[in-house]
Amino acid sequence: MTDKTSKARSHVTQSEGLLFEKSAPGKRGYALPALDVPAVEAAKALGAAQVRSEIEGFPEVSEIEIIRHFTRLSTWNYGVDTGMYPLGSCTMKYNPRVNEAAARLSGLATEHPMQPDDVSQGCLKVMQLLSRCLLEITGMDAITLQPAAGAHGELTGVLMTRAWHQSRGNPREVVLVPDSAHGTNPATAAIAGYRVENVKSWKDGRLDLDSLRQHMGDKVAALMLTNPNTLGIFEDKIHKIADIVHEHGALLYMDGANMNALAGVTRPGDFGVDILHLNLHKTFSTPHGGGGPGAGPVGVKKFLEPFLPVPVVEEAGGKLRLSYDRPQSIGRVRAFVGNFGVLVRALAYILANGPEGILQTTRDAVLNSNYIRKKLEDVYELPYSTPSLHECVFSDKRQAKNGVSTVDIAKRLIDYGFHPYTVAFPLIVHGALMIEPTESESREELDLFIEAMRAIARETESDPQLVKTAPHTTRVRRLDEVTANRKPVLRWKPSPPREAAD
Amino acid sequence: MRYLPKSDAERAQMLSELGCSSIEDLFGCIADDLRLKRPLQIPAAMSEYEILDYFRARGAENACNCVRLLGAGAYDHFRPVVVDALISRGEWFTAYTPYQAEISQGTLQAIFEFQTLMCQLTGQEVANASMYDGSTALPEAAIMAVRINGRRRVLVTRSVHPEYREVLRTYARSQGIEVVEIPNAKSGQVDAAALGAALNDQTAAVAVQSPNFFGCIEDIPAMAEAAHKHGALLISVITEPVSLGLLRPPAEADIVAMESQGFGLAPSYGGPYAGVIASKEKFVRSLPGRLAGQTTDSEGRRGFVLTLSTREQHIRREKATSNICTNQALCALAVTIFLSIYGKQGLRELAEQNLAKAHYLAEELGKLPGLTRVFPAPFFNEFAIQVDKDAAEVHRKLREQEILAGVELGRWYPEMKNALVLCVTETAKKAELDRVVEAFTIALKG
Repeated sequence: MTDKTSKARSHVTQSEGLLFEKSAPGKRGYALPALDVPAVEAAKALGAAQVRSEIEGFPEVSEIEIIRHFTRLSTWNYGVDTGMYPLGSCTMKYNPRVNEAAARLSGLATEHPMQPDDVSQGCLKVMQLLSRCLLEITGMDAITLQPAAGAHGELTGVLMTRAWHQSRGNPREVVLVPDSAHGTNPATAAIAGYRVENVKSWKDGRLDLDSLRQHMGDKVAALMLTNPNTLGIFEDKIHKIADIVHEHGALLYMDGANMNALAGVTRPGDFGVDILHLNLHKTFSTPHGGGGPGAGPVGVKKFLEPFLPVPVVEEAGGKLRLSYDRPQSIGRVRAFVGNFGVLVRALAYILANGPEGILQTTRDAVLNSNYIRKKLEDVYELPYSTPSLHECVFSDKRQAKNGVSTVDIAKRLIDYGFHPYTVAFPLIVHGALMIEPTESESREELDLFIEAMRAIARETESDPQLVKTAPHTTRVRRLDEVTANRKPVLRWKPSPPREAAD
Repeated sequence: MRYLPKSDAERAQMLSELGCSSIEDLFGCIADDLRLKRPLQIPAAMSEYEILDYFRARGAENACNCVRLLGAGAYDHFRPVVVDALISRGEWFTAYTPYQAEISQGTLQAIFEFQTLMCQLTGQEVANASMYDGSTALPEAAIMAVRINGRRRVLVTRSVHPEYREVLRTYARSQGIEVVEIPNAKSGQVDAAALGAALNDQTAAVAVQSPNFFGCIEDIPAMAEAAHKHGALLISVITEPVSLGLLRPPAEADIVAMESQGFGLAPSYGGPYAGVIASKEKFVRSLPGRLAGQTTDSEGRRGFVLTLSTREQHIRREKATSNICTNQALCALAVTIFLSIYGKQGLRELAEQNLAKAHYLAEELGKLPGLTRVFPAPFFNEFAIQVDKDAAEVHRKLREQEILAGVELGRWYPEMKNALVLCVTETAKKAELDRVVEAFTIALKG
């Protein structure tokens, strides 16, 4: 079974309990320098009522136990460093090490967000150069680096949309979202106080323009579009879409999650987009970190610049400063200027690539995805024959005949040494398999992936149970999510003391 | 380009297998008039050495060797080297959100440990896997309170971090939530009478910060009682988490919105940090953000999964409790490691050192003519001073001595003229603090 694949084999990995289970009173993993000023009695300085007794249950462990604990845990994970990570629209590309070195430099990591502008010129220059590069790549006119993630950028963008409409007398009520959209789009629109209406996709996978026209009206504030969409398909009628949106006085918002298909090739600002967000932890190589941190800069056309969050970076007399004098700004979306450490990483990536690198990256991303699509289209159902760019989406329809779903295929892929693709999204495809290899995969890794997917398709015919009960080689088998939901256990608690023996 | 693992020959071979004569064939769906027909006007590609040179040069243009008496929402604490050594493992930082639980048990167990530590620290029953930061945790907590009791009015004390209050207003505006500010008393703590007068049966929540922006410690139990009397929830905001090593946890609060940056995350000019929301078990289904839960696999082994996901955007879409997706997982991991290193005894000792160093500086400065402590209330590691000269001028003079003397309160509190908030952590040496006192002495003369 698994031993016959060349990509992965089982290996002994260390088991490890919870940190709290290794704790014993008196163990320590720290050493502080001796106090060089007089000690202060907490009860006297704060009042006895304000002082806590010990932190119950808090661990006491030694340094080596901590190193082993978190090292062992890490070996149970799969990262981009391990191998191909084809999650659709996540753009799991290589996280360059020089990014990590740059972000940790003394002089950058050490700077305090409240220090005066004149001793922060280096930080402000980094932000200015990154802004210029992102504006050039997107074709927009102004940008904020403040949002901490894509969804945060979406909220910033929709709030700016609302503020702009408000400045013209009517904030409007509705935001349109394609039925193929990522969940954050409608969630964001709702938080921004808008009602969400779904626009249908047409049979070619693109936006149904008739459905768009039907929903469009003077109650609509914006259309939130992902381009290419979550099927990896470019909205080739984007001019028409922009026209329809603009004719009714609405704004065209673009979710920039899929910029890895466009950078250097085309620019959203050139095809009618008024406002977009970028995911630096996708297109711009900053690491996913197991779920963040990311950054979600928002780029806008000139007419929306006054509404950008405060502060903005301004240049005056050869020096940079943070300007707060922005009467039409939507205000702050967070304290301080942004996830600066993430911004440094993104800029390092752009500097490493230069114009040729960015273009070649986009081309390789699209080549890799099309290569996979071609080599799997005879064994997995392609719901749309429309060409796709940097990601491709299959359906589990053929395998479903044997009772095997996209979830099962994904779990079996783990046995073959890969991280699964995105399962069951977008919702408009039956049992979707959403595959984005990114440019970071070599031909060898792609061929191994294709071989694994073809082998699983064969297994679906010859031994479907094997696929349905996968994975077989991981430390844990499939986990009981139902009980986890019904009776949530969300923290460790000390066991009750044992009864003393008679 | 060194990040691209293909040779031109391989590219050509792959294209021919696709029946394409050039890569352009794969971009045919993008019309010619949409194509960018020139190279991007960004800097030419740099080698690794040039990239690091560029960033080192930027670093040299910053505050470098200054003594920083800066808190105000971001705290400079020693960062044990073990933290970076561990989070630099590729299996930690290049992994994705742990949706595929079987190959993400490391991340999931670490989140479970983080959630536990946050509960132990805050005296709450359940905590999530992180929010973007403390400043966005506050509005998420307010929205959560509104979701719980259906009321639409939130009271926030003026001594909550000014930028946090701005963020709250940004979020509240679009949700139609009314935000009312409560002034502080002369003690530096919240004006209890004003709070009592503002509370009514339309109040969803009261938000208070302790230690507050002036460094003063608030009476959380009293505020909780006042809020609960009117059926409102108490949101306790914490910007300096190290204070929890010594201060009684806000167990009476219904929701805690905390910034955990002080637990070993570099100040890094404002981010990335890691917010936390902690609350009572009965409110768990209203919590925003990710939750890791313990369960068993099909063979009875303990394991962990993301759970209660029907709250979240990828399931519930426009009905989700929040739109948050990517949060601050790696930062939360760094916090978990930091807390493991210090542990029960260490966190207390760390907090005691902060208390001692800040009180030392406060006492020494208090001896200077022309300088007074603004508020008499007890403080942890931040305190406000008033100078009888122009505070901006004093600040500038100290900057010439490579000392960054805190933040000027007048920037956000126009009635507080010539006041500064100073922060001292365990990183300040006595000799540096003595130098600060001397620099103040000179700055306040003539």
